[in-house]
Amino acid sequence: MRSHLVLLALFAFFVSLVFAVIAKDDARDQLRFGGMMFAGFLTAAIVLGWLMYPFPL
Amino acid sequence: MRATTTTEETQSGTAVLLCLASWAIPGAGHLWLGRRAKGLVFLVVLPAMFAIGLAIRGRLFPFDFSDPLVGLEALADLGIGVPYFIASAFGYGVGDVRAVTYEYGNAFLVVAGLLNLLVVIDAYDVMMGRK
Repeated sequence: MRSHLVLLALFAFFVSLVFAVIAKDDARDQLRFGGMMFAGFLTAAIVLGWLMYPFPL
Repeated sequence: MRATTTTEETQSGTAVLLCLASWAIPGAGHLWLGRRAKGLVFLVVLPAMFAIGLAIRGRLFPFDFSDPLVGLEALADLGIGVPYFIASAFGYGVGDVRAVTYEYGNAFLVVAGLLNLLVVIDAYDVMMGRK
């Protein structure tokens, strides 16, 4: 498994899941909170990736 | 007065045991408190995250506080509890800095440990009736 995007998504999934389960008690609230957090992780990573694209390493 | 003190001592002793169990086995604290669904999620997800970190060549950092970040990463790695000792005993977590996934592996290992510490705090809060 060498795809950065897959690893990023996997990482975001695990962290969102744990935070959702800790923060909320109701299953529907957990799903909403976890989904929002997961989407936020992915969106932030992709936006930051594009913003950093013009800069050399 | 004395009975109250004894009750408080018993409760604090139970709280320490609960925190230790929760740290050693992710989710054990929630299972102990009867929160089965939450406990099972932690029991599966956190060790899985730790195992993925090892599988993609992450490193279990040594306790070397001459470099503070290495020392802190070692403490975070230790946060996962028993899986840390099992991995160390079997020689996993050596890390391969040349691997493309090395930094991802470190992130998985460190964050799994830190999340487990958060779970310990949550179990303590549940026990104290704050949640």
